[in-house]
Order: sequence, then structure tokens, then C-alpha cells
Amino acid sequence: MTNNKNTKSTLKKDINLDAPFHVSGRTKYVDDLPELEGTCFAKAYYSRCAHGEIKKINFSKAEKLNGVVKILSHKDVPGENQIGGIVRDEPLLADKEVHFYGQPILLIIAESETIAEKAMKLIEVDYKEKEIIVDPREAYKKGSVLSSSRTFKLGNPTSKFKKCAYVFEGEADSGGQEHLYLETQGAYAIPKDQGGLLIHSSTQGPTAVQKVTANVLGLNMSQVEINVNRIGGGFGGKEDQASHWAALAGFGAFITKRPVKLILSRHEDLQMTGKRHPYRSDYKIGLDKDLKIIAYTASFYQNGGAAADLSPAVLERTLFHASNSYFIPNIEVTAHPCKTNLPPNTAFRGFGGPQGKFVIEAAIHRAANELNIPAHNIQKANLFKNGDEFSFGQKVENCEATKCWNDLSKRYELKRLEKEIEHFNKENKYFKKGIALQPICFGISFTNTPMNNARALVHVYNDGSVGVSTGAVEMGQGVNTKMVQVAAQAFGLTLDKIRLEDTNTTRVANTSPTAASATADLNGKALQDACQQIKDRILPLAGELLKEKNLKNISFVDGKVKAKRKNIDWVDLVQTALLRRINMSAKGHYSTPRINFDKKKEKGHPFAYHVYGNSIFVVTLDCIRGTYEFEAVKIVHDFGASMNKAVDLGQIEGGLVQGMGWMTLEDVVYNKKGLLKSNTLATYKVPDVYFVPKEIEVHFLKTNTDNLAILKSKAVGEPPLMYGLGAYFSIINAILAFNPNASISYDAPITTEKILMTLYS
Amino acid sequence: MIQFILNNQKVLVDPKKSGMAFLDFLRKDKKLKGMKLVCKEGECGACTVLVGELKEDQVIYQSMTACIMPLANAHRKHIVTIEGINMDGLNKVQEEMVLQNGTQCGFCTPGFVVSMTGALLTGEVVSQENMIKNMDGNICRCTGYHSIMRASENIVTDIGGKAKSINTLIKKRYLPEYFKTIKKQLKSIATERDSSGILKRKEGIRLGGGTDLYVQKPNELYEAEPNHMYDKSSLNQIKIVGKEFRFGASVTMGDLYRSKEFNQSVPGQEEFFKLLSSTQIRNMATIGGNLMNASPIGDFTIFLLGLDAKIILANGAKKRKIFLKDFYLDYKKMDFKKGEYLKEIHFTIPQKENNFFSFEKVSLRKYLDIAGVNSACQITLDDQNKIKEAHISAGGVGPIPWYLKKTRKFLIGKPFNKTTIDKTLDVINKEITPISDARGTADYKRLLLRQLFLAHCLKIDENIYDLTTLIRS
Repeated sequence: MTNNKNTKSTLKKDINLDAPFHVSGRTKYVDDLPELEGTCFAKAYYSRCAHGEIKKINFSKAEKLNGVVKILSHKDVPGENQIGGIVRDEPLLADKEVHFYGQPILLIIAESETIAEKAMKLIEVDYKEKEIIVDPREAYKKGSVLSSSRTFKLGNPTSKFKKCAYVFEGEADSGGQEHLYLETQGAYAIPKDQGGLLIHSSTQGPTAVQKVTANVLGLNMSQVEINVNRIGGGFGGKEDQASHWAALAGFGAFITKRPVKLILSRHEDLQMTGKRHPYRSDYKIGLDKDLKIIAYTASFYQNGGAAADLSPAVLERTLFHASNSYFIPNIEVTAHPCKTNLPPNTAFRGFGGPQGKFVIEAAIHRAANELNIPAHNIQKANLFKNGDEFSFGQKVENCEATKCWNDLSKRYELKRLEKEIEHFNKENKYFKKGIALQPICFGISFTNTPMNNARALVHVYNDGSVGVSTGAVEMGQGVNTKMVQVAAQAFGLTLDKIRLEDTNTTRVANTSPTAASATADLNGKALQDACQQIKDRILPLAGELLKEKNLKNISFVDGKVKAKRKNIDWVDLVQTALLRRINMSAKGHYSTPRINFDKKKEKGHPFAYHVYGNSIFVVTLDCIRGTYEFEAVKIVHDFGASMNKAVDLGQIEGGLVQGMGWMTLEDVVYNKKGLLKSNTLATYKVPDVYFVPKEIEVHFLKTNTDNLAILKSKAVGEPPLMYGLGAYFSIINAILAFNPNASISYDAPITTEKILMTLYS
Repeated sequence: MIQFILNNQKVLVDPKKSGMAFLDFLRKDKKLKGMKLVCKEGECGACTVLVGELKEDQVIYQSMTACIMPLANAHRKHIVTIEGINMDGLNKVQEEMVLQNGTQCGFCTPGFVVSMTGALLTGEVVSQENMIKNMDGNICRCTGYHSIMRASENIVTDIGGKAKSINTLIKKRYLPEYFKTIKKQLKSIATERDSSGILKRKEGIRLGGGTDLYVQKPNELYEAEPNHMYDKSSLNQIKIVGKEFRFGASVTMGDLYRSKEFNQSVPGQEEFFKLLSSTQIRNMATIGGNLMNASPIGDFTIFLLGLDAKIILANGAKKRKIFLKDFYLDYKKMDFKKGEYLKEIHFTIPQKENNFFSFEKVSLRKYLDIAGVNSACQITLDDQNKIKEAHISAGGVGPIPWYLKKTRKFLIGKPFNKTTIDKTLDVINKEITPISDARGTADYKRLLLRQLFLAHCLKIDENIYDLTTLIRS
């Protein structure tokens, strides 16, 4: 491609290697793949009832429509009509009952998408409606749950509350969040020889897609090949939930023996797929007179939707992060996975962590407001330190919380900023500024220990170039670039010598999804292992050619293999190695050492390491109209030793803004009938170019203490989202500057409606 | 045939396809997959294309969202997609986006690149403010926008200031060479006899910019062979006649925004236009469509009610002129007879002395969002500070775009002071009938309209009312 030439000459390091293709529109996503001859188009007909018995389905008119190839129901599923991952509680196509508005009932396969859409309108389904529950507290009361409740406990908060100088209790709720990956869910399934299937899927979890598809079709996993070139955004929404659509496309292709493409329209995607879990929570917080948090309890009611999906795992992480960055010696937190009649809620950047953190931050804010002090006085007094214990038994190590805090307040002159704001608020009657500090602490690893492993396949070709396959899915986070960097560094080659292949289950099998911020760590380490194996095999040969006995003196740099006195070209070594019949391909493997967790005791050491950071938010509130503008967000973030500052900065800025959206604009609204009201982009608003803070400043705090991150570059995918909580509290503080007696209800997102109602409450 | 230049190629399309959404034509018929389908409602900009037209011997480009643009509206124009911007190697916009890491998953990126390139081709000053304005219809879910803004800042550093000619942009690697030939190609299409017949259609569903109808019923429009109003020259005039400002129903919001006559007549409306949807939609949406849509919350409708506009309804040679405030009868019901169409909109140019005109809107997201409540207010005072005339409109507080007749009656003759305002708040509250819906609860809408009315008043005299007295203690 011509622009390769150009990028090499003009672009310096620290770019995303995919970028030149993105900016020229040449990157291919599932819907951009050229269609094979005979391709059919599929649509899922979904339930118009949130809970009910299916009395009658009539699709005879639709079936007769010219161009309709086939209409399939649960009766046609050749394998098991089941797609549930953690709990087996979700059918591919509804059989007797429907449990949420948007649940797939039929699969329509037609010669064109338009025909499939027309056919949908001819289908009639009668339901006998049952009781619809949309609120998790109500669900819990009625015993409607998805799995068992979990409790993490340290010390004895109940007895300690009596000894606290201050005790506050209340409720705190946070809303759902639509992923709004710009590329909707979709898959393209193509029959292969010998009865197999190739599915191009927009998924973060190729193995999950493979497993689910094989199961519903009654095939061996080896007969189902999943290929992921890349995806147009995931954010967790395609960790588990891409499987449904890929399995449906696979189902269609398996039955019709023709290629079948299924791409959700935006409207369908919004209506049918799960989102971030809304939570309703109770908290109780007790402090001593020095503002130390002595005791904290919380109950979380997770709105899981109609099937378990990843809810039990999300629930767990809420508990892991329930005290955010604060050490609380007496803490008891309980979470209930509640079953409601909404689409099954699922993974979303932060994975339950943000919901847990919102509650402790609300509790702290409430206490501060009652005590008439800034919340950050309490925040600062309770930051984690080395040797402290998390509620789940892991000891705090290599803690950067205080370092981030101090660096932030000094670097950005917190005291001066506070004075400026105080002054501004005195001078202005209808415009008030609010400030909030938001520290974060996030554990890296899948909390389900067995998932913390990965593999990579490396081929060194005859011309010295390298092909790399891993289990990592590129979704914008730059993992492709990081993998190329890892291989390039291992062999001492320039980036253009490394080719990163599609993620494909026939090359790298049994993968964990691209999730938990751990993908670069896990796959990068597996890749290092593969590269090292190849290097180990050719080092003796290099020693022979370089006449160097001590192989430790041989290094791979700048396309050369160097000993003290002599060096040879990498290509020459590779070619000689191949002539000597040395295996120049290797499969690497990595599993995170040390980590463990005992779910019976709810204790262990589940995280490889933690990521820390702190942020300051400044917002200006228009108290006439209830609108606001974020002036600045300033961050000090613990990157470890960043591998690629451009990519990592992108994660911070993007995560931050996504978190801010969750706290302010993004209002997922279901009515009592379980129908999504925010079901278009006209009614569901995400941050636009004008919404974002006028200034975002990010300081890369370099920390060098941890070795479980890839090349000491700490995971950066999820943690920054939680800075977004600061958006909420800065607005609240601005409201209080206008109306000190405003009644604050800790109910996110804080929409313009809530702001105005609170300002004049 | 419908004919236009698609990137560097002349394209002829059967007029039967005139109602096809342009993005479908690109992706399905032409297999150009660079522009992405994301929302199909013009809300995200991932399918942004540039539409070039000959204006005063210059090719001026406007960005539009192809997902809700009728194929017919491309007739005799130059349409530029990401494929038409690509050159050997990266162009400067693309290069800056790469260097600043303005792309992550890449799905929104072609749309951003087209919008940013479009910002250099509008004929306006190249500034960071204008660059950002041109991205106001583009949604990115990955980057948080700052990297994209850093890219545009570097572009402004490179070629900011007065608009550059196509030749300069080619020389500086912003555009491929072929752009040089477009003017000539467009001229040659313009002189050819129009054989498409699409502008002569008298039957079929009347379609303007398509920004609302394509959201509602894209498939129906494809098959309908609509009656395309967008490029009918009789509906595209803007003029001042005596004390009146007059414009045709197919004039777009973008046309008015750029119109010298409009900016003379109602000065200082930059922020108003910014609040109207996005650049892409403003370039497509006709005012006639906005009025005929009869949405109770239409921004332009509310704006025009505040100006006490009149409309001309035509039926063949027959015409009638009525006040806009009398046009709306009930929810989506208008004083509109069969065979009629909306031809023109007129309003009296507000006098410069003792006259105050203000538009207010609050929505969940400040820009590119539908209002919770919007309101326009025109108050004329006499020499004794008494209210001589008052036109107050409000959207989202009733089944129709509301002209507050009772409030007007109450206000006229009263002194403009706190007592009057206090009483007016009650009058307004009694006059409106908001309901709870996706845009907010009825209580909120009542509160919000109170605030917006006070905001209007504070613009006239910032000390006339103390809002802190409204905090419930």
C-alpha cells in the first residue's frame, strides 16, 4: 500500500500503527468485508414483551415473501439452545417464554437486508404478559436473583460504628451506560469444507464465540473457526454479547449452507443488547474525629437483567473496589445479583468497579457536606499505604496513592485553585464553579484466576520478517501496536518488519477475552516467551558465526545480531538457521504467577498489581439554566513505564471522557414495561466535541516498582474511566455553592434536569 | 439520469433511485466502504461526505451525513468521500490525525477526516473554532476528542487564516490533484439539459433535506420516488423586501447562517445556529421541513414564532398568507389543505431601537441535542419602559410549538419591571401544558421555562430580577 512508504518516512515513534489505515478508510470491519456470491442477510426478530409466555407465533406470511430464504426458530437449533456463559440461563432463541423486550425469537434469512426487514413486519407473536420487574431492589425483595449474593469483610464494622465520632447512612444509585461502540454487533458466517464454519465476528472474545456457536450447532469447537480482524469499539459490550449474533449468523449459514451476514442496526443494538449494570445501593460510613474512616458497610443491588451473562463476575469486582483508594479497617460489603426484565447487562469498562466506587465516594461526600468540609480532606486522610489490607485479604504493595495525590496537589497548585474558585463564586451570582478530586485504585488481572493466561504464535520468515498471532483483539486500545513493539524489541527489529495477524482461533486457541485491562500484559508476555524460544534456538548458531563462546554477550539490536567484536545481519542469521533446519516458529505461553483467590473464604491475592492515580475537576455551572461546562481535568496517573505514550494518553483521555459521560449525559431509561426509551442516538447522548473539558492535562507518573506488567508498562484500559466520578461531584459542589441547602440525592447520572431541580430545591 | 461527480468519477443513476439514502448507494451499489454506517439518523457523522456546488464561479463544499441524504440531493454536485480525499501517501489532515493519535478503533475516523477536510473548503476562515464547529456532528467514543483537536490545531497552525484556494490546498497536500478539474466538470454538468426529471416531479411525498423523514422511514422513501423540494430554485431564494425578510421553504439552516441578509436582519445569532443540531444537519435541513414537521420542540419553529413570522402556502397559482402562530392546531395537525405546499416564510425585521430578541434552549447535551424546553422572546419597549409588543414562544411545553398568546396579552402595556415579571411567571405557568416524556418531567419543563423566561429578561436588564430569591428555603 502506498501510504506505508509515506508513514515510514514522516511518522516518528509512539504512534498507533493502525492509524494510517484508519484515517484513509482502508481498515476493514466485518460489514466492510467483500460479500461472497450467494450471501444471505439475517435479522433477528425480537420480543415486544418484557416478560411473558409466547402464546402463538405466526410467520407464514413472512416466509412467503419473495426473497425470504428461511425463517428459523428454537425448534431448528441442531445443538443445545443455550448461550449462557457463567450460568446456563439464556437461550439462543426464546422457546416458551420471553424475559426481556428485545429477546431474539426468530431468525430471518433473506436475499437482502431490506427483504429481511420487510419480513419482520409480517411476523405476529401473541404473548401472555407476566409480571415485569425493572428495579433491582424490587427483584431482590421478590427473590428474583441470577446467582448467589457475595460478601467481603474485614474487621467488624457493626461493632465499630458505635465508637465513631460521625456516622452517616443513605442511598446512592448509579445508572446504566450504553457502550455505543460505533461499530454495531455483527458477524459474517461462511460454510467451510467438511461441515465447518468460518465466522468473522466483531468480538472481544473469539473463544467465547467459538464455544457458544459450536454448542448451539452441535459441532466440535475444532469445526468452528473464529476470525477477528479488529473491532470498531468494544468497551466490554462485545466480551460476551458478541456470541449471540455470531452464533445466529453461524446457525443461518449452517442450515442454509450459504454465507450469512448479520449486522445489527443501531436501533436493534440499543434495544437488544445489555449495558453497564445500573446499581442501587445503601451505605453506612463511620469516621473518627480525625476524619479516618473507621467503618463502612454497603449493600449493592445490581440490576443484572434477564440472564446472568457476566453479572456474577461484574458483581465481584464491585466488591473488590468498594473502598476505591481508601483503607478501611472495618468494612463489610454485600452485593446481590438481581434478575430483572431488562436485556442482560454485561461487561463495561471498569466492570462493576465504578459502581462500587461511586457509593464510597457518595458516602464520603455526604459526610463532608454534613461536616461542612471539602470531601478531599476525608479522601486524603484515608489513602491506601503499603502494608494495608484490602477487604479481600490482599496486602497493599507498591502503593502509589499518596505519591499521586501529593504530586497532583503540588503540580496543579490545589490550594491556589481552591482560592480562585472561592473568589469566583463570591464575585458571580449565577455562575458557580465546583471542584472535586477523584483518586483511583484499580486491580489488574481477571478476578477469575484461571483466565489469567495467554498464548502467542510467532513465525520468523526466510527474509527475516516476523508474523505474530496472539489472542488479543484490537479494538482501538492499541494492543496491536504494543504487540508489534514487544516482538520488535525482542528481535531488535524495526516495527515494519513485524506483521500482526488477525486474531484467529485456529492459530491461538482457548483464549481469554480481550478484557480486564490485562490483554497487553498477558499476550505480550506470551509473545515474549515465543520470541525467547526462537532466540534460544538460534543463539548457539549465532555464537558459532560470531565466534563468541559466551552467548550472554550476544544481543539483538538494530537488525543485527551483535557480539563484542563482530556482528551479523539478522536476515543472514535467520537464513542460516533455516538452512540448518532450525525451527523458526514458536508458540509462547504465559500465566500470571502468584495470583489466587478463594471464593469460599472470599480472601486471596487476586491481582497482579494495582494502578493508581488522582485527578482534579473544575466545572462552571450556569445556575439560571442548569447547564455546565467542564473547565479542566488535571490528572496524575501511574503508568509504570509507558510503552507507548500516544496510545496510553489516548486511553486516559478516552476513558476519562467516557466516565464523565456515564456520570452526566448518559441516561439509559427503561419504562415500567421494560421498554428502552433512550433507544436512538437522538435520545441517548454521549460526549461530543463541545462537552469535553476545555483542558485535559495528564502527567505521566513514572513508577518502576512492578514487574508483572508487560515491559513494566502498567495496564491502562479501564482505570481512567473511574476518574469520571469527579465530574459528578464537581457539579454537586457547584450546586452547593449556589444553594448550600440543596438536597443532594446521590443519583447518577446528574442530568441537566436533576441539576436544575436540585439548584432550586 | 441523476448525474453527479463521485470523487473523481462522473456517475449516472436511474432517477427511480432518487430516494435511496446516499450511504446505501455508496456502500451497496458502489462498494465504497470507507464511510461507515453507525446510526442512520444523522446523529454521529461517521458517514459524513462533502457536497460541492458551484457558487459564484467557485466550488463551495458543505458536509452532510450520507445516511439520511437522498440520492437526488447529489444531483449536479461533487460528492467527496474518504476515498476521494486519499492520495498517494497520507494527506496533511490524515497525517496529523496519525501523529496526534486522533484515532483509536477507527470507525468514526473517516467521518472526522472528511469533516476536517471540509472545514478547509467552506470558504470560511480556517481557525480552531471553525475546525471544531465542523466536527460538531461527529461522535467519537474512544478518544475523548482532545487528540483530534490537537490534530486540527496543527492544521490551523499550518494553513490557518483566510480560506485557501483549491490550488493552494492541493499544493500543500490537503487535497488530491483531481480537485483542480472539478469546477470545469461541474460547469459542464450544469450546462447539460437536465434529463433526470426529479426536479419536475409534482407527485409523491414531499422531501426536503431528508433529515427527519429518513430517520422515520428510510425504506419507504427508497421505493417512493419522492417529490424532491431541496433543489427547486423557486424555493431557494433569500431576500429583503421593504421591512420584511423573506425566504423560500427549501432554504437550509446553513444557508441562513451564511446569509448576509439574514445576519443584517437578525444580528448576533451565532450561538443560536450552534445550538441547532450539527453542521452536517444544518447544511441539509430545510426550514420548510422543520416547520412542516410540526414538532412541538423544533428550534427553528420556536425561533420564527418569536419573530412572529408568516408563511405562504401555495396550491398551484393560488396562495395564502397566514401567521405561523395560527398554523399549528394540535399535535402534528396544521391548517394545511390538500394540494398545498409551504412556499415561503416572511417576518418583519425587528427594529433596532428598544427591541430585544433572545433565543434560549436547554437540552441534556448542550449541542446536537433536542431541547427539553426552548424559547424565543421579542420584547419592544416604549420610551416609558412600558411593553409595547411581546412575542414569546416556547417548545416542549404543549402539543404544538407554542406561541404564548395569553402571556402576550398580559404583558402589553405593563411596565417592564420585577412586579410584572413575577406576575408573568404565573401567567406562563397557567398557559402551558407540558407532559412528562423522554425530554423531562412536566415539573422540570415548567421550572425550565420559568428560568428561560427569566434568562430572556436578564438579557434586557441584568438586575431586573434576583433568582436566588427563588431557592426554596
